[in-house]
Amino acid sequence: MQKEYKSVTSIAGPLMVVEGVEDIKYEELVEIKVPGEEGVRLGKVLEASEGKALVQLFDSPQGAKTEGSKARFLGETMKLGVSADMLGRVFDGSGKPIDGRPEIIPEKRLDIAGQAINPYSRDYPDDFFQTGISTIDALNTLVRGQKLPIFSGSGLPHNRLAAQIARQAKVKDGSDFAVIFAAMGVTFEEAEFFKSEFEKTGAIEKAVLFLNTADDPVVERIAIPRLALTAAEYLAYEKDMHVLVVLTDLTNYAEALREVSAARKEVPGRRGYPGYLYTDLATIYERAGRIKGRNGSITQIPILTMPEDDITHPIPDLTGYITEGQIVMSRALHRKGIYPPADVLPSLSRLKDKGIGEGKTRADHSGVMNQLYAAYARGNDVRELAIILGEAALDEIDQAYMKFAEAFEDKFIRQDEHEDRDIEESLRLGWELLKILPKSELKRVKEEYIEKYLK
Amino acid sequence: MSEQGTIIKVSGPLVVAKGMKNAKMYEVVNVSEQKLVGEVIELNGDEASIQVYEETSGVGPGEPVYLTGQTLSVELGPGLLESIYDGIQRPLALIEEQSGSFIGRGISVPGIDRKKKWDFKAVVETGVAVNEGDVIGEVQETTLISHKIMVPAGMSGKITEVHSGSKVVEDIVAVIKDKDGHEHKITMLQKWPIRIPRKDAGKRVPIEPMITGTRILDTLFPLAKGGAGCIPGPFGAGKTVTQQTIAKYCNAQIIVYVGCGERGNEMTDVLMEFPELKDPNTGEPLMKRTVLIANTSNMPVAAREASVYTGITIAEYYRDMGYSVALMADSTSRWAEAMREMSGRLEEMPGEEGYPAYLGSRTAGFYERAGVVKCLGSDDRVGSLTVIGAVSPPGGDLSEPVTQNTLRVTKVFWGLDATLARRRHFPAINWLSSYTLYNDNVANHWKKEIAEDSTNLRKDAMKILQEESKLEEIVRLVGMDALSPKERLVMETAKSIREDFLFQNAFDKIDVYTSLKKQYWMLKCIMTIYYAGQDVVEKEDFDFNDLKKLSVMEKIVKVKDIKDGKWDEFEKLEQEISKSIKSLK
Repeated sequence: MQKEYKSVTSIAGPLMVVEGVEDIKYEELVEIKVPGEEGVRLGKVLEASEGKALVQLFDSPQGAKTEGSKARFLGETMKLGVSADMLGRVFDGSGKPIDGRPEIIPEKRLDIAGQAINPYSRDYPDDFFQTGISTIDALNTLVRGQKLPIFSGSGLPHNRLAAQIARQAKVKDGSDFAVIFAAMGVTFEEAEFFKSEFEKTGAIEKAVLFLNTADDPVVERIAIPRLALTAAEYLAYEKDMHVLVVLTDLTNYAEALREVSAARKEVPGRRGYPGYLYTDLATIYERAGRIKGRNGSITQIPILTMPEDDITHPIPDLTGYITEGQIVMSRALHRKGIYPPADVLPSLSRLKDKGIGEGKTRADHSGVMNQLYAAYARGNDVRELAIILGEAALDEIDQAYMKFAEAFEDKFIRQDEHEDRDIEESLRLGWELLKILPKSELKRVKEEYIEKYLK
Repeated sequence: MSEQGTIIKVSGPLVVAKGMKNAKMYEVVNVSEQKLVGEVIELNGDEASIQVYEETSGVGPGEPVYLTGQTLSVELGPGLLESIYDGIQRPLALIEEQSGSFIGRGISVPGIDRKKKWDFKAVVETGVAVNEGDVIGEVQETTLISHKIMVPAGMSGKITEVHSGSKVVEDIVAVIKDKDGHEHKITMLQKWPIRIPRKDAGKRVPIEPMITGTRILDTLFPLAKGGAGCIPGPFGAGKTVTQQTIAKYCNAQIIVYVGCGERGNEMTDVLMEFPELKDPNTGEPLMKRTVLIANTSNMPVAAREASVYTGITIAEYYRDMGYSVALMADSTSRWAEAMREMSGRLEEMPGEEGYPAYLGSRTAGFYERAGVVKCLGSDDRVGSLTVIGAVSPPGGDLSEPVTQNTLRVTKVFWGLDATLARRRHFPAINWLSSYTLYNDNVANHWKKEIAEDSTNLRKDAMKILQEESKLEEIVRLVGMDALSPKERLVMETAKSIREDFLFQNAFDKIDVYTSLKKQYWMLKCIMTIYYAGQDVVEKEDFDFNDLKKLSVMEKIVKVKDIKDGKWDEFEKLEQEISKSIKSLK
């Protein structure tokens, strides 16, 4: 029983009020038919009161009228039709294909809001996930079921890095694997870059793309990560695939949320973002994970650009409180011409310790990681000291550290955009660099590994 | 259940219903035919605002709201320990049974298993007069904890019946006849509303230290049993690791761990690790003394608000049995945010940063539930409840309202520092900004149990760390060589305190826990550098590098490797340090 109402009384931004309604449900979908237009616009109920519904439009309100518009309440919440045929396809923010091919025939229709995983049913993520990037694999190891964001800034090559990770990502045991890529509010050029990048390398066969460009409706931007994760949950938990979900750019997502919140006249929290930004982001990020008794997993790499490179800005800040670590991109490294400009020192993967070592990567991994990290940190300190005192004032050991830091950036961090380094290679490179330091300085690696690998 | 109202508005977790004349504040209601759990938080004529503890999508105006007549309560009785609950005391294992790996809606499961049999041993006889809080029987709940069944608050009279034996929680174990001749049936299961502190017979000043095995906490910034402390810090500084380490190793008898709005994988880690880890004090699995409450960040926001109250009520219940209980809340910022979200939807006038104006009083009300109390009952039991709350200030900015309101009511501040964490100095607790107001309270314990000079040792160590921070600035400008030998001695000692004493590896099986006495000896050995060096550095033409080159300095680095209990080795080391430094010319 679907009812149609002609009583649209006000429109403000993406919000519309329909009066005189009966039997409406919170979050149900609404179709709006604007006179003189073909097709319908879609919205959802944001607030259901007696006789009045506050509807949020997914499309732009451009041209909508209060007079003559018809609102039809569909009685169901937003759903996404999913099927294994989604692999290799490109969709927009409302789940429609935009690659010129026919719509998929869904095997199931799932609510895009999803449900919270019972913490009791979760399985702890501890399997190594190879991205082919040394700074991630060796130093900030990603594990299956983790959510590890990339904190970037405008003008930094995070999109190229994201595409590279999506291309190269592998699980070591060769299980079934898929990449889901959701772009929110990216420019046309960026969207094209991703599309062609995936098509060129053939990665598209194992990928699903959801694209929302900067001129697409703001509200779709809020839906798109949920579409992507719903598809991911289907592939992971029902088709036993290991799914990597790359979301970019969460800053645009939060901006969209703020826009809608402001239109609703809600009390703002920090910097005008709604007070529930943390909870809202959590409902996206927390959909990563593994579940006991199921083979698949969802790993997330959300990408966000820090406004003014400020890590304390609410978006990176709240993200950092939810995700299991972060990879931070550095403008200084980028200026030096180093790609990918991943700054190792503030980066962290909280779950790395569980995913490395014998049987996962290699027994010496933990030691090498700590040694490289410590040496680079010391090298950086020495460089600062050298600026004040001059290089000549440094003793022999400090000079070695300085040399190490330079080499580390040049050889270890720097990597070609199409260079897929496996973990063995990354570790080999790490040992190679450690040769720069006197052997007595290698306190964090065990003697037996020094003998074995430091040749 | 005949009472019901009608929904007139749904906005996220907030539902407004009319026809609610008979509703009480904080009454539990079932919303819509799906029977979603909600709580009345505002009454206005016959309209009630309800915060719903489950997802409300698909609910709409016109649907019914059923009153239950009960305020939001927790069930108390044997079976709490080793349980894992969500924010409103529904066991997660039972939720999984009903709705699979994802949390469904409208699931109603009891907090305490009704079918499990417990061996109830009466400790009173018929005819005995009992008062509220008196223990009438005991149940061995886990190998560690004997659960005491107490006369419910507000009840007194004569025992007319009491039955030992194998019982389920709802069986009648005793009957009490009050002075008016009414008979009250007592079961092992009791209920208590979560927003009301449980009664006690008076608070006392905390004097016993809470031993955590973490050196910087125990020695420099001790928390007393029954005190309240907070751990604020930006992300990645190690709040959760610190909380978990305390939960694992502290010497409280019962641990209630509330994961409030935090990561799902982190809770899984706790869920998997606790049953495997052994309690250092008893050797039994940690889970045997633990109650876990997990309300992860993606679970409904209103239940997050309730979760800290659920936790603290359970904690108070064990305190009332005379146990020392520690409650960890990770993180109270998420709790405050949940309050802010509900307040915003109620369209209340916001205070600072959108938080409701009552944030301060709610925070104070929560932390004040900590304390050492004389329990109700005639046997003079004393129980304690220690509360440790993590705070996640946005951007690490401590001036924000949640941190500030927390600092006003907690007496211990363990300030985590991102810079230390980045330098991989863990626990990343800043020794300059942290403080404790319990030093004098616990000084006696240290003096009596450990050593007479322990307080002075602590004071001197703090002084040296303070001086170091001043000297560091000079060093940064003009280099180490510009310092006098005396100043270099301070720097050297401070470095040793930082690296060999304060630095502690939470992932190393042995290093993670240090007994108080070992802490004392470690610090004493390190401080001996300073004490013994005092006179030597005054000598003319003293070359400080001579001191650095002493072979004994290498041994100090390894002071943490000396085993617990080998006090003579520590003493030997101390004398060796003293002797070799004094022999310098």
